[in-house]
Amino acid sequence: MTVVVGWTPDARGHAALVRGAREARLHGEELLVVNATTGTAAVDDRYAGADDVADVRTLLGLLDVEAEVRQPVVRDVPDALLGIADEVGATMLVIGIRHRSPVGKFLLGSTAQRILLDARCPVLAVKAGEER
Amino acid sequence: MTDALLTGLSLALTPENLLYAVVGVLLGTAVGVLPGIGPAMTVALLLPVTYNVEPSAALILFAGIYYGGMYGGSTTSILLNTPGESSSVITALEGNKMAKAGRAAQALATAAIGSFVAGTIGTILLVALAPTVAEWVVVLGAPSYFALMVLALVAVTTVLGSSRLRGFIALALGLTIGLVGTATGQARLTFGNPLLADGIDIVVVAVAIFAVGEALWVAAHLRRRPLEIIPVGRPWMDRADWRRSWKPWLRGTAFGFPFGALPAGGAEMPTFLSYVTERRLAGKHRDEFGKGAIEGVAGPEAANNASAAGTLVPLLAIGLPTTATAAVILAAMQGYGLQPGPQLFEAEPELVWTLLASLFVANTLLLVINLPLAPLWARLLRIPRPYLYAGILFFAVLGAYSVNFQWFDVALLALFGALGFAMRRFGLPVLPLIVGVILGPRLEEQLGQALQLSGGDVAALWSEPVAVVVYVVIAALLLGPLVLRLIPGRQGPERLADQVDELEEEVRR
Repeated sequence: MTVVVGWTPDARGHAALVRGAREARLHGEELLVVNATTGTAAVDDRYAGADDVADVRTLLGLLDVEAEVRQPVVRDVPDALLGIADEVGATMLVIGIRHRSPVGKFLLGSTAQRILLDARCPVLAVKAGEER
Repeated sequence: MTDALLTGLSLALTPENLLYAVVGVLLGTAVGVLPGIGPAMTVALLLPVTYNVEPSAALILFAGIYYGGMYGGSTTSILLNTPGESSSVITALEGNKMAKAGRAAQALATAAIGSFVAGTIGTILLVALAPTVAEWVVVLGAPSYFALMVLALVAVTTVLGSSRLRGFIALALGLTIGLVGTATGQARLTFGNPLLADGIDIVVVAVAIFAVGEALWVAAHLRRRPLEIIPVGRPWMDRADWRRSWKPWLRGTAFGFPFGALPAGGAEMPTFLSYVTERRLAGKHRDEFGKGAIEGVAGPEAANNASAAGTLVPLLAIGLPTTATAAVILAAMQGYGLQPGPQLFEAEPELVWTLLASLFVANTLLLVINLPLAPLWARLLRIPRPYLYAGILFFAVLGAYSVNFQWFDVALLALFGALGFAMRRFGLPVLPLIVGVILGPRLEEQLGQALQLSGGDVAALWSEPVAVVVYVVIAALLLGPLVLRLIPGRQGPERLADQVDELEEEVRR
């Protein structure tokens, strides 16, 4: 069985990753780290570069977790994450979330919200700086 | 001449013209930064503004966009390793290596200051040369003009791009589009449609090929793995960087300007030559090439800006465009009823000198907005392409419709947009097409004039010495590579594109 982490190279992605690694180790499961992008902009800050991925592998090595990192280019990030979770039969999906302002809620759809509502497995939502 | 230039400067610095210059350089830098969107597309999209704006203001705007595109392209090359413009392909070689080694700030600085130095020297040369060339050209008759235009067409077709055959196919397409209409009194390719009787407006063709074609192409390749951008602070250089940069700047200018001024202009060749020269002359820094040598950024960046200035010599003095952007600017001038060439300097001295003076203004503005703001410009790369191209298509349709306020032009836009897409799909260069559309009718006009004066005697075409010389050059351009290939034991000369590929491989190794 697998724990799937929706990871981005930022603080909340990091929080989700660390938490996901702990859950995987705790339950003796595999870890699948997913970093997806729509690939419509020349530069996407939430898409990890080679250095970020190398850092993650080092970190996971230190935490002693067997993990796979996937970086697909997809039409829609939440759908892709949910699809991958279904595909590998995830026992848990770990995502990082952040506080959103009213204006932000009005203007932008939330990736996290759609994952929480549509996931067919338990979702663990982690905020940056709150992992213990 | 100094008086004329000062008058021009005072006109260029009026609030209105200054505003157009600022808008031009801002737009130019923005489109230069964005890969796929270039100054040619931008000027094409803005062609409809020429209906409402004074000629001098519009030309100042376009010149600002042209110069700005050269600056913006280098930012993308250096930070993203993807050239924003074809003219900054070479810059990416060393520039991105410098950025990866933590010297992005110095690379951006030497590119911006080098562009300024080269742009300023290039513009001074332009101011000095263009009127002289115009005076020299004024004595030429129709046969010589005809020959010069043929030279320009042959040169943009054969010298650049990956294949001559593809170049000539694109040229044939362009000349065919240029034939449509009843300019000769006979209806040609109008298919009995009265809406085609006046010919196809160049605005529609340019917008379709550059904007719609590119938008369709991007839509077909929408999702691409995002590139890693290298974070950078404010560009700066220390004393050692200055010492290593100033000679490449000057040498790059020396390469760029003449190549820009030649009918086979463009910035690809001089940037390539500048890079190779700097690598040869690097001395003790030779080892740094391939790892991020500042000379390899300074030289080519100076060369591409100098060539932009050089391109304006044949454009203003003879009316010959040698780059896609120059071709579209020429279309704008024709839209105003201005005939570039020697007559322009006599008939519209104020306009010409305002334009020339505004080039200095634009160049200075570009240094000011690029040096401190480079990181900000790089943020544009985060805009999702669907938003960008939705905007571009909107303005493209608006522009095509505003030509005659007829749906027919929008239909033509879609048709030629599909053609633009197909050309990209099959690797046909768009420059020969656009130059063909613009020069084709003028070529025919000169031919008609020459033959009329001679009473139909074809020999009149080579009756002027200048024309003969030009035909010899054309023959050399066309036959040279074939002859060289026939000499045993010698490979034909390599195409520029192949050489650049080779160079890239060598550096990347």
